[in-house]
Amino acid sequence: MANTKEVRKQIASIKSTQKITSAMEMVAASKIKKTQNEMQLGRPYSEKIKEVISHIANSSSEYSHPFYEHRETKKACFLVVSSDKGLCGGLNINLFKQVISKSAELKEQGIESNFALIGLKAASFFKSVGGDVVANVQKLGDKPDPDALIGLTKTVLDLHRNGEVDQVYLCGNGFVNTMTQEPKVEQLIPLPTEETDELTPTHWDYIYEPEAQELLEGLMTRYIESLIYHAVIENSACEQAAKMLAMKNATENAGDLIKELELLYNNVRQAAITQELSEIVGGAAAV
Amino acid sequence: MSTIKVSIVSSSEEIYSGEGTMVFATGSLGEIGIAPGHTPLLTGLAPGPVRVQNGDDEKTFFCSGGFIEIQPDLVTFLSDRAERAESMDEAEAIKAQELAEKNMHDKESELDYTKAAAQLAEAAARIKTIQKLRKNK
Repeated sequence: MANTKEVRKQIASIKSTQKITSAMEMVAASKIKKTQNEMQLGRPYSEKIKEVISHIANSSSEYSHPFYEHRETKKACFLVVSSDKGLCGGLNINLFKQVISKSAELKEQGIESNFALIGLKAASFFKSVGGDVVANVQKLGDKPDPDALIGLTKTVLDLHRNGEVDQVYLCGNGFVNTMTQEPKVEQLIPLPTEETDELTPTHWDYIYEPEAQELLEGLMTRYIESLIYHAVIENSACEQAAKMLAMKNATENAGDLIKELELLYNNVRQAAITQELSEIVGGAAAV
Repeated sequence: MSTIKVSIVSSSEEIYSGEGTMVFATGSLGEIGIAPGHTPLLTGLAPGPVRVQNGDDEKTFFCSGGFIEIQPDLVTFLSDRAERAESMDEAEAIKAQELAEKNMHDKESELDYTKAAAQLAEAAARIKTIQKLRKNK
């Protein structure tokens, strides 16, 4: 049987782990608020730009943008948004699984895929799985800067422009609520055209200043950027929520473990006392 | 009096949303005034002040580059960065301008010329906004 000292040591080590996990839980809980807030602040921009884009789609523009063009697909690019840090349960792995299954599905149709990765976890995962990685950004921190994503976005859009990639998928976790996060794989390019039945086909068009092509090019790029930025922010809210939950579970498990070990400790101690007593009694009888 | 719905948003927050009787902004091809019932127009937004008039009330905002979408009943400013002009600091703006100028002249600097020029334009526009605001007071 284990001796008391050993058990005591184990209890102490689990207790210190518990302290760490409960502190991490509290940190995550306070960060959720911040990230959620940021998500809300960024929403008006994405809504407005979406509105403008849909206006443009509804107008009878003289110029149609390549992002709307459905062309024969030979290669798809997956833009995967992940977290930089672990300890957040199955958040990243669930997403990667979905990405891999989608990519396998495309492969059956003869479509190859490559990957553009945001976050450290995606980078290490796709390094071990093996995959054609075209771009990678990591260590965005708790407050992702839109500027940090421009390079990656440009790489992906350039690939599309050059015809090396025909479809782009945006993969990230969707924030449902603090308890639930949902991995999503959504088609980014070609942009899904919305069916608007209520709007009769209009015959108006914007006046463009300067050229339509130049302007729409910029606007579309900005739109894609805003979608990606939003996905990154949403993912970071998900990360904090998942982390809080994972750390809460860890703290609870540590508590259970400590209870069991304390029971064991008492048993061992009692056994030692009993043994000692019986030795003394035995010794006294022998004298 | 007829009004037009105005919204100014930047990628990180909503700056202003409300009604206006007249809006002035700097488009990529020059200053434009937007009154209710304007023809649909899509144009670039140059760094500079955006003034929203509602009757006698006037509010000034600063927008860095972006886009303006105009419909007869609404105008939307999609700015990369926007701020309320009141919260801007002139000293900061002048410092930014000096830095941008230095970057432009400094050939050793790794910053490329176009980036420095854009920075300079933005800083200059910022100062213009502050000074305009001060004059109005």
